[in-house]
Amino acid sequence: MDNEVTRPGLRKVGGRAGNPYNPLIDPNTGVPVPDEPADALEQELAAIGAPRPVDTRVIGSTDPREMETGTAGEPPISGGGIHTTGSGGSGPGAGKRTPVRWGDRIFGWLTAGTGLLVIALVGLVAVFLVVRAIPGLADDKVNFLTSREWTVELDNLSFGIVDMLWTTVIVAVIAMVIAVPIAIGIALFITQYAPKRFAKPVAYIIDVLAAIPSIIYGIWGIYVLAPKLRPVREFLTNLDFIPLFKDEGIEDGTVFNAGVVLAIMILPIVTAISRDVFERTPRQNIEAAWALGATRWEMIRLSVLPYGRPGVVSGAMLGLGRALGETIAVMLILSKVGAGNAFSWSIFSGGETFASKIALNAPEFNDPKTTAPYIAAGLVLFVLTFAVNAAARWVVNRRKEFS
Amino acid sequence: MSAPTVAASTSGPSFAAGNGRRKAKDNTATALVYSAFIVALIPLIWLLWTVVNRGYHGLFTSSWWTTDQRGITFRRDGGGMLHALVGTLEQVALCTVISVPIAVLVAVYLVEYASSRLSRVATFMVDILTGIPSIVAAMFVYAALITTGIVDKRAGWLVSLALVLLMIPVIVRTTEEMLKLVPNELREASYALGVPKWKTIIKIVLPTAFTGIITGIILGIARVAGETAPLIVLVGYTKETNYNLFEAFQGSLPGMILDQATNLGNKRYHFAADRLWGAALTLILLVMILNLIARLVARRSKISN
Repeated sequence: MDNEVTRPGLRKVGGRAGNPYNPLIDPNTGVPVPDEPADALEQELAAIGAPRPVDTRVIGSTDPREMETGTAGEPPISGGGIHTTGSGGSGPGAGKRTPVRWGDRIFGWLTAGTGLLVIALVGLVAVFLVVRAIPGLADDKVNFLTSREWTVELDNLSFGIVDMLWTTVIVAVIAMVIAVPIAIGIALFITQYAPKRFAKPVAYIIDVLAAIPSIIYGIWGIYVLAPKLRPVREFLTNLDFIPLFKDEGIEDGTVFNAGVVLAIMILPIVTAISRDVFERTPRQNIEAAWALGATRWEMIRLSVLPYGRPGVVSGAMLGLGRALGETIAVMLILSKVGAGNAFSWSIFSGGETFASKIALNAPEFNDPKTTAPYIAAGLVLFVLTFAVNAAARWVVNRRKEFS
Repeated sequence: MSAPTVAASTSGPSFAAGNGRRKAKDNTATALVYSAFIVALIPLIWLLWTVVNRGYHGLFTSSWWTTDQRGITFRRDGGGMLHALVGTLEQVALCTVISVPIAVLVAVYLVEYASSRLSRVATFMVDILTGIPSIVAAMFVYAALITTGIVDKRAGWLVSLALVLLMIPVIVRTTEEMLKLVPNELREASYALGVPKWKTIIKIVLPTAFTGIITGIILGIARVAGETAPLIVLVGYTKETNYNLFEAFQGSLPGMILDQATNLGNKRYHFAADRLWGAALTLILLVMILNLIARLVARRSKISN
């Protein structure tokens, strides 16, 4: 009895370890799994009531097989060992099992340690940015949060973030306004409209957009796309009684163009997350809408959209986080505006975002003192993206608890 | 089709309001949804076509693959991107070597040892890392190592360190997904044989999820290969081939694109533009091939949803 129960199990595990590409349960064919042994093992585990972590010890001390078969004379520990080696020695638990607890402990510490490392890494980012920004902030002759000035010289540090904050936010907002509705449309197309066999390729195609490096978006955006967008500018600046559409005499390097390119760049992430939640709309809700005689659009409005709203919101926020921090594409597209210029609300003005300003000036970093203002700008950007990302995750996690 | 009695008792859209209008609304929605997809296709095709069309002829010269840009000015044709490819590949390789063990262990921790408070915080931090802008990662490395005086010169390996922050979350996420798909019966069978947990993870769980982990690593490489911001902050660009990650400036594909872009204004010479789009095409090819390999590896995986 002892052998009958253990051997199939051992052969199974040995086979696994020998060929990791041949898992027991083939999901496609649903075959080879030796079901009975697995069940038997499960029952055994259930019988001793401790199927997990600590159970290696438990099994060691009170071998379930012993209990079942009653061969009490055999020392339990070596029993396991003998069987394993007997089946060819390839079993993962073969042979010496003395350091079990220590191996587990060390490995547990190791993995927990790397977990801590990741936590510490984010903490370190914050700490170093704060610590290295403080000397600059202490020497700042103007208010960091409310000044538009940006003079960074060894004997004169006067810098404030207002201009950059505005440009960063308006570029990201333009990107969101364009990308989110389109992303929702694509997500609906993939999950509700497209025939099943098209859905996957379409999703792949959208993912290709995410794979293109941002510098390519940048050169394409400024050299190819921007000239074609000039008519939009010419049309909208006719409405220049609205401050947003005032013509600032910048042809291609406008905030608007940067926003359009960013919209394309964040499209995949917003689409992916919306798609994910739309796909999970409970079947009953959809069927219920159909049963009421709803049209496809009414079905979507009644069941898919309400269910998916938190997902769309968090996807949009993740996209916003990307847009706020995007560096190189924005740097290539946006035209710098002279320091003395009046503040402009216009989306057809130029400007600099936090990220593009840092990148543009990075080659000149040489003294900790003149670098500090840029580190401070990096810190503000870090805080912004942290807040947006954390909020996005919060929205999505709150949803998880419901479903 | 119409269901007036139902409509009367719902607060939702009134189904009785007339089938014509409902039908029209439905058709409009369908049209909008289809056009959203088309609108997304336009930039993708346009961008890819631009890069291929303007960049391909440079790639068919042998000098493109075998020489660097030493002594090549915007007035001269020719030169290659060897220096850039060497820099990009070396920086990414070092980044991968550092990231993979950390990321895989973190994923193991999150899946196999989960449920503690620490693991919840770790999951959250991985999420935060996913959204961290590359320029912030670069400024972190700069602030931590250069402004403190620990490292006195910019060099390629600093870029690798910044890229580690961007690569870890990609690998952690993919590996985590794969580890969750490993059937629990495998673990239980192993425990039942008295195999310690750590050996179960190393010999059973990780090999089963192997292809998935490889997919994650390749996606991670593709994610960081085109990153430009850390390059600007942490290493200078040079036109000469520099194999040494730890000394002096290094070329890179994004760096080469930026360098050529500075000479683009000159309309009399088109050589800089040719090289710019050539470098862009090379970079896209590199990233796309990596993505394709990741997809193919993922397809070979035996465990699936």
